[in-house]
Amino acid sequence: MALLSIRNLHASIGDKEILKGVNLEINRGEVHSIMGPNGNGKSTLAGIIAGNPKYTVTEGEVIYNGKNILDLPVDQRAAEGIFLGFQYPVEIPGVSITNFMRTAVNEQRKYRGLNPLSGAEFLKLMEEKKKVVEMTTQLANRSVNEGFSGGEKKKNEIFQMAMLDPTLAILDETDSGLDIDALRIVASGVNKLRSKDNAIVVITHYQRLLDYIVPDFVHVLFEGRIVKTGPKELALTLEEKGYDWIRQELNQKGE
Amino acid sequence: MENVINQIRRCREASKGNEVWREVNFDDFLTSDLKCPSVDDCTKEDFACSRQNLNLEATLVIENGYHFGPMCQLDCGIMVGSLRQVREMNPDLVEPFFGKCATHEVSRRFETLADRKKGRGFRNPYFELNEHLYTDGLFVMVPDNVQLSKPVQILNAIHGPIPALLNTRNLILVGNNAKASFIFCDDSFDGTNSFSNNVTELMIKQGAKAELYKMQNLNDKSALLNQTFVTMEEGSTFRSAAITLNGGHIRNHTEVRMNGRHCDCQANGLYLIDKQQQADNYIYVEHAQPDCHSRELFKGIMDDAARATFNGHVMVSDGASKTEAFQTNKNILLTDKAHIDTKPFLEIYNDDVKCSHGSTIGQLDELALFYIRSRGISERTAKTMLLYAFCDEVIKGIELPELQSLLGDLVKKRLHGELTACSDCAIPCGTPCNGEEAAHTFKIDTTKL
Repeated sequence: MALLSIRNLHASIGDKEILKGVNLEINRGEVHSIMGPNGNGKSTLAGIIAGNPKYTVTEGEVIYNGKNILDLPVDQRAAEGIFLGFQYPVEIPGVSITNFMRTAVNEQRKYRGLNPLSGAEFLKLMEEKKKVVEMTTQLANRSVNEGFSGGEKKKNEIFQMAMLDPTLAILDETDSGLDIDALRIVASGVNKLRSKDNAIVVITHYQRLLDYIVPDFVHVLFEGRIVKTGPKELALTLEEKGYDWIRQELNQKGE
Repeated sequence: MENVINQIRRCREASKGNEVWREVNFDDFLTSDLKCPSVDDCTKEDFACSRQNLNLEATLVIENGYHFGPMCQLDCGIMVGSLRQVREMNPDLVEPFFGKCATHEVSRRFETLADRKKGRGFRNPYFELNEHLYTDGLFVMVPDNVQLSKPVQILNAIHGPIPALLNTRNLILVGNNAKASFIFCDDSFDGTNSFSNNVTELMIKQGAKAELYKMQNLNDKSALLNQTFVTMEEGSTFRSAAITLNGGHIRNHTEVRMNGRHCDCQANGLYLIDKQQQADNYIYVEHAQPDCHSRELFKGIMDDAARATFNGHVMVSDGASKTEAFQTNKNILLTDKAHIDTKPFLEIYNDDVKCSHGSTIGQLDELALFYIRSRGISERTAKTMLLYAFCDEVIKGIELPELQSLLGDLVKKRLHGELTACSDCAIPCGTPCNGEEAAHTFKIDTTKL
């Protein structure tokens, strides 16, 4: 059974229809990349899977681990193992990363019927996971994303992913705003977290990230639908030729 | 006593048309059982509060309007004493300064035509009342060049059994190039109702720095009108934060005058109120000279049917070029019945200035809420986190690390509804006490958000 199965998904924000029938299947152990021009629905798709109340699903279903999750509240989806790495992480002044993560880890454990981690257990976990993205203790003691550079924000997203150990991670433009070194650290962090038991969806505009995080499948999300799926080489073709040829192919089909 | 209550009622009558005092109404708290305490109504015991980790230089107590103990010099070098006693015995120390910071000037600027016709002009009625009736209070002098490394706590203890009507008067002098911080705590020590009309004058001399942090924990039946008048000389620095955690009706009236060049003033406030409580902040900052900077940041969260007002006034005189003045008021209303009146106001007579003002009234940021919840954190916890984050900007402005962390803790407890009443204060600020019925909780009902 697929880990995530999206069928004929239609969604809108206000009166504007953004997704117009998305179909997508993702299995454990796979890495998928979603590419496509700006404003064609990539972030919307990520937001809907994570449960952003901003979007309204008008048709279709999202089956995760055998459950239709569209009725589940955001925090419960997270506790079920879904993680969204934000394109623009939000600042939370006065709440340190450490406290933020302790609350998140323990609330998720509570949902799963597990005892909360003790202070010592939690700190041990923190130390271990900080290494994944080379995060300093100094950064971990700062308020969540407050005054962070672009690189620090994205490192923090992957650090949180490491802490929460999701089954399905969706990374929305994790490469935007990163310099070359930060890109390498963030991408290698993601690779360390890759396993046969989880699946990762990488939303990106650039082939460059996929040099580091090599996908099993590349999808093109165009005008609210996935119009093309291919192996990792598809990303190279897109990098080289842009999206015009896809538009032309669609037009020809339409005729 | 009836007479004094009537006098306060008359204050309201007299100030109805005046912009500064228009909204001030303490009628609900002016009950006939109020009495001006005498010295015999004080226990003269050592009041201590459970804020153990503040790392204080000293705690000075004002009990029901009186300070006991002879005038003395503390080890840290500052002179302290009962204002009334020092005034009688060492008038030379007091008279040159007494009544010099406090003026009727601002209130007069907004006098009505009727007031003007009376000839004498409008006088700040509550200040005038305090001048006539003040019992006692503190005299604190920080001599020139004395720089305190730790804060001094001024504990204004109000207790029963008699419902007290207090007029307390304080005078604080911070000498040339001196440095001192004061944590001013207004605490009800029991559930007895009270009404306080307090005046504090603070004079900051050349190159000096003074910090004045007000922590207000009164019971729901008590009202407090706190008037603070500050004058600043050249090159001086002033920091203040008025933190209103509980109280029936609390009004902070603060006037700051920067009379020399290169002064720097930061006056902030935070009010967390619920039930039928009311919190008002009036702040006037005058830029009389060039090159002075001022910032005001007031933030509040109102739950239930709580009401708050913010009235901020920055005055830049024609000679005050290179002024920088910023004024902000932000509010979160948790219910349909909660209420805020906010009026940021700049009055500028010079072209070479950088000034801004603004206020916001709103709810929590949806995107931030989604971000937090997407980590598996429940809606309720996420909202409390965001409310704390909202307060954090004011907490961070406090330059005493111990007070900052205590206050952070206190605000968290207030937002979680974990503060419980004990025998010490209306709200104990240090270690929480066990087994007592929670009488003062601020429990956010997230369904209302």
